[in-house]
Amino acid sequence: MIRLPPFAYRRPTDLADAAAMLAGEGPETRLVAGGTDLWPNLKRRHQQASTVISLMGIQGLAGVEETEDGGLRIGATTPLSTVADHPVVRWRYPGLSRAIDSISSPPLRNMGTIGGNLCVDTRCTYYNQSEEWRRSINYCMKAAGEICWVAPSSPRCWAHSASDSAPMLAALEAEVELVSTRGSRRIPLPQMYQDDGIEYLAKQPDEILTTIYLPATSDAAHCRSSFWKLRRRGSIDFAVMSTATTLWLDGHGRVERAAIYLGAVASFPKPADKAVERLIGEIPTPELLDQVSELARRKATPMDNTDFQAQWRKAVAGKYIRAALREALGMDPELLAPKHQAGGTPTS
Amino acid sequence: MKPPSEAVAAKPQGERDFRLIGTPFRRVDARAKVTGQTRYADDLSFPRMVHMRLVRSTVPHARIRQIDFSRAEKVPGFLGKLTGEALPETFGILPVSQDEHALCPDVVRFVGDPVAAVVAVTEDQAIEAALAVEVEYEPLTTVASIEEALSTPEPRIHDYGVEGNLHKVVSMEFGDVEPGFEEAEVILEDTFLYEGNTHLPMEQHSSVAVPEDEGRLTLYSSTQTPHYCHRALAKVLGLPASRIRVVGTPNGGGFGGKSDPFNHEIVAARMALDLGRPVKVTLTREEVFYCHRGRHPVLMALRTGFTKDGAITAQHLKTALDGGAYGSYGVASTYYTGALQTVTYDLPRYRFDGVRCFTNKPPCGPKRGHGTPQPRFGFEIQLDKAAHQLGIDPADIRLKHLAAPHTITANWLKVETIGLRQCIEKVVEGSGWRERYGKLPRGRGLGLACGSYLCGAGLPIYWNHMPQSGVMLKLDRSGGVAVFCGESEIGQGSDSVLAAIVAEVLGVDLLDIRLCVADTDLTPVDLGSYSSRVTLMMGNAALQAAQRARDLIASAVSKKLEIPASRLVFAENRVFDAADPEQGVTFQEASIIAEALHGTLATTGSYIPPRSPGRYRGAGVGPSPTYSYSASVVEVEVDPDTGLYEVHHVWMAHDIGRSINPALVMGQVEGGVYMGLGEVLMEEQAFRRLPKRLSDSLVHKMPSLLEYKSPTFHDMPPVTTYLVEDPDALGPFGAKEVGQGPLLPIMPAVANAIFDAVGVRVDQTPIHPHMILEALAAQANEEEGRYGPTAFPEVDFGETLLVPTPEQGGDGRAINSWKEQLRSGMRSSTGTMTTRDEALSNKKGALTT
Ligand SMILES: Cc1cc2nc3c(=O)[nH]c(=O)nc-3n(C[C@H](O)[C@H](O)[C@H](O)COP(=O)(O)OP(=O)(O)OC[C@H]3O[C@@H](n4cnc5c(N)ncnc54)[C@H](O)[C@@H]3O)c2cc1C
Ligand code: SF4
Repeated sequence: MIRLPPFAYRRPTDLADAAAMLAGEGPETRLVAGGTDLWPNLKRRHQQASTVISLMGIQGLAGVEETEDGGLRIGATTPLSTVADHPVVRWRYPGLSRAIDSISSPPLRNMGTIGGNLCVDTRCTYYNQSEEWRRSINYCMKAAGEICWVAPSSPRCWAHSASDSAPMLAALEAEVELVSTRGSRRIPLPQMYQDDGIEYLAKQPDEILTTIYLPATSDAAHCRSSFWKLRRRGSIDFAVMSTATTLWLDGHGRVERAAIYLGAVASFPKPADKAVERLIGEIPTPELLDQVSELARRKATPMDNTDFQAQWRKAVAGKYIRAALREALGMDPELLAPKHQAGGTPTS
Repeated sequence: MKPPSEAVAAKPQGERDFRLIGTPFRRVDARAKVTGQTRYADDLSFPRMVHMRLVRSTVPHARIRQIDFSRAEKVPGFLGKLTGEALPETFGILPVSQDEHALCPDVVRFVGDPVAAVVAVTEDQAIEAALAVEVEYEPLTTVASIEEALSTPEPRIHDYGVEGNLHKVVSMEFGDVEPGFEEAEVILEDTFLYEGNTHLPMEQHSSVAVPEDEGRLTLYSSTQTPHYCHRALAKVLGLPASRIRVVGTPNGGGFGGKSDPFNHEIVAARMALDLGRPVKVTLTREEVFYCHRGRHPVLMALRTGFTKDGAITAQHLKTALDGGAYGSYGVASTYYTGALQTVTYDLPRYRFDGVRCFTNKPPCGPKRGHGTPQPRFGFEIQLDKAAHQLGIDPADIRLKHLAAPHTITANWLKVETIGLRQCIEKVVEGSGWRERYGKLPRGRGLGLACGSYLCGAGLPIYWNHMPQSGVMLKLDRSGGVAVFCGESEIGQGSDSVLAAIVAEVLGVDLLDIRLCVADTDLTPVDLGSYSSRVTLMMGNAALQAAQRARDLIASAVSKKLEIPASRLVFAENRVFDAADPEQGVTFQEASIIAEALHGTLATTGSYIPPRSPGRYRGAGVGPSPTYSYSASVVEVEVDPDTGLYEVHHVWMAHDIGRSINPALVMGQVEGGVYMGLGEVLMEEQAFRRLPKRLSDSLVHKMPSLLEYKSPTFHDMPPVTTYLVEDPDALGPFGAKEVGQGPLLPIMPAVANAIFDAVGVRVDQTPIHPHMILEALAAQANEEEGRYGPTAFPEVDFGETLLVPTPEQGGDGRAINSWKEQLRSGMRSSTGTMTTRDEALSNKKGALTT
């Protein structure tokens, strides 16, 4: 069995203590929530830790509640399954339930947290490998090496964003609260990310993600969200391409506001702005959705660092974007999504 | 030995009223397995036990310059180390390819090849110590593929084989194929590529070596072949086999991946002897990918002549196997890519050329279907193409030209019962084939394919005259029956089959049978769980032993109760008079009567397969006492916009001869379907070659359960299983194999179904969606709607062995230069392809599996 390397383990019960520990210990300090990402990474030694601080003992950091303005407040250590199964989420933000239901498998969704999912490390098949394997390629830029094997002449790492909830929460205009010894701040979720496979988080290393805020939606007819995920199997697998869509419609079915984010095709949840612009103020027709999907598809830059052929992933991305848009509008998604390809059905 | 068919006939209760055979009884190990009581190798623990890790090569091909343990020795808990010089003797499963070292002494041949070993008090410490070992290498050119092996004679990965990096070439022709092709009205020529894939057993290999008193050693290991492991240990450790005991623990799945002797087993044994402490080694999942011995990637060129009504006039098959870095079973695998083409349909003239290459990748070997799924994939797709071109229904082209039962094929295989007709009829009916094939809306399709497999290899792996399976029974006044047999339970249910056969003959309850299996000290030799041999061979041995025990008891009871022995019935834990069932004794009383009369009660049974008629060099691979048959229809839905597809339903019929336990048989059928779907839908042992200008490296692309894609049960479609039962006189109670056969039709059936759905061919596995999309794009461009390899490389296959077919009046021998040589070395009891001298000197040709 691959085993964890040794490290010091801390389990504070108070957020301020946790922030102080995180600020006080050296740079090799890491937070852990459910551990479903961190433990495998430490075992394979592409991430290191001298101290690990668990967030799971902190009072009040878990839970889903409705806010006064009609939105939702989700604590960072809330298990993924609790978020997905929350009745308000299922009813008003169905895309989010769909995205979370597609994460890994039921046991991992019980263990993994929403905060951990938003901070999950970027992935690459040259990186998510054992220490010995990575020795065989003389490592790569993201961990201990010099070169990026995916794009050897590139100065940067192209590891892809792996979170399924991130593109969906971004498309739902979620905000996050970050807490450190320096205080707390609340920012739109997309600002937590940046386009780099190594430094994929724009949040500071000493900041703890505490809360996710979902804005109010008057009703399900007004705000329509949908999530589709391309992957090999119906369970366990990470996305090789995902698309998260939210459309806010007025009483006439006209698009007031919209968001389309693509997952797993870049180092961060990638917005498809041009495509969104094309939608605003329109009553969507199938033809319009075809055009919008094509515009969004061009945003995808899949690399040969995950499952499936990269070119093909780019070629079919449009079908998935289109399916998500059509589904959000109550049309037939018109995509054969075998059960091993679909966004995932509630299994918990 | 009394033929088993007679043994069955001698049963007074007759054929039809089995008590246990044919009923779905609970596996004898079911409760222990589902409650966690089964002790797998990794569950074992001994006082003072310590842990071992292998240090594996991080380069694909290199000379070892230096190994530095200085940092490793400082890791707390470090106890010992070992390098290649300590174990200079080579080993390997086949006598013809003794090309492995327990630890590489000078050259490493793939990323994962073991270089050194360290032992520490805990597993964590052993891991740290192993990571701290520093190895310096001097790189050699990397050979990454069949093409590279053919074009890169130097450096040689091994200094034996044909030449350069060609390990083995085979060329044989059964009857002249050219006149056959001239007769043909349609000739189809195709190239196919079957990608490599691995077994993926849930249990990772694990072993514990325990030093015993007086220099003896016991090795507990998750192995499918304790006997062959025993031989390799004796050879490499230089100890008499009588001082080594190998205990095969229950395997958490094997599928052929645990049927070679392995480095870690031998090194753990050496370390245990050196340290005087039990040493455990459990491989990581990644290491299991390096042990591999999985499906060979095979490139094939298949040329077949047909008449207008679909009869085959001749076939010429060429195969090129990417063998990886070692021999393993590869010489046999090479023959197997050609051997079983003849047993399903009438194939009067047949030529086969095969080549196996060495490459710097984990060694390939036997995986479920050993060497035969690849050519079967090509054959069954080509038949579908022929049917389409000739306007014949794919079911009919097969039904019209089935091989005839109880005949000898062109390549001298003796086939017995053939249930293929019933199999095809079952799946055709069940799937609504006649109404639906070719008529479903675009995007939906049905595909049909068949297959056949051995019920045990006719010959053992090393040349010998001894039984291939032995069973021993001990009975006594307790009324219990102890059964001893070297067979190993790998999840397929062999323990249950063994117990059931004995229970059936002696009329006792399964709970009164105590099994002792897979223990080279205590059990008679059985060659192991490979080649689908266990039910047939062990079963026949068990039947004989049980029959003999029954005779012993019957003679004693007959004397005591004054009832003729022939009238005695053994059933319901009693021995009684068939004419007057009230007259009788309990089985325990009967045992007491027999023990008093005969003394201590023990019997043995053994099995040697019948001699096969082939007498040419290479005739040792392919023969089997009998063959199982399967047919399948698969329904798929394909999205022509994306190439994504889904298997909606599988209908599978399997000719089992007779089910010993139908629940187990169905389990194996479904398992075979599942594994076959994995191979065609997604599984591949793929590699990353880094840009050559920057690195020599060649690494397994994804040695993990997450990234090596294999279906989960979530992805499994419904399967409708039909068992075709036509007892075969050569199987115990008429049983044939089921462990491997039902996998074979799946891959071509899916490819054929995709053609029915969207009209394009993918002549390659696994079938990724982009391949369908590219084939559709080609078709839209008015090119051939096909994805797959387009050429077969130039290979010198050497002199072709010319073997006249039975129809031509041949005698099983080749007629060119080999003839004389072979005749002088012919073995009398079973057909073999090697001379006795060669075989005994352990050098060339003694291959058979
Ligand atoms: C087999 C397998 C399949 C998977 N499949 C998917 C999938 O399909 N989709 C998907 O999105 N993910 C998948 N994952 C990844 C992972 O399970 C999920 O992303 C999960 O939500 C991570 O949450 P966690 O609480 O376990 O994170 P942890 O492992 O505890 O933490 C992950 C990272 O986030 C940091 N972190 C955690 N909480 C906070 C916080 N509150 N503030 C700041 N930093 C924090 C940690 O330091 C760590 O770097 C898979 C993982 C495995 C092992
Ligand atoms: S994208 Fe390049 S640098 Fe980043 S993890 Fe992959 S190989 Fe390494």
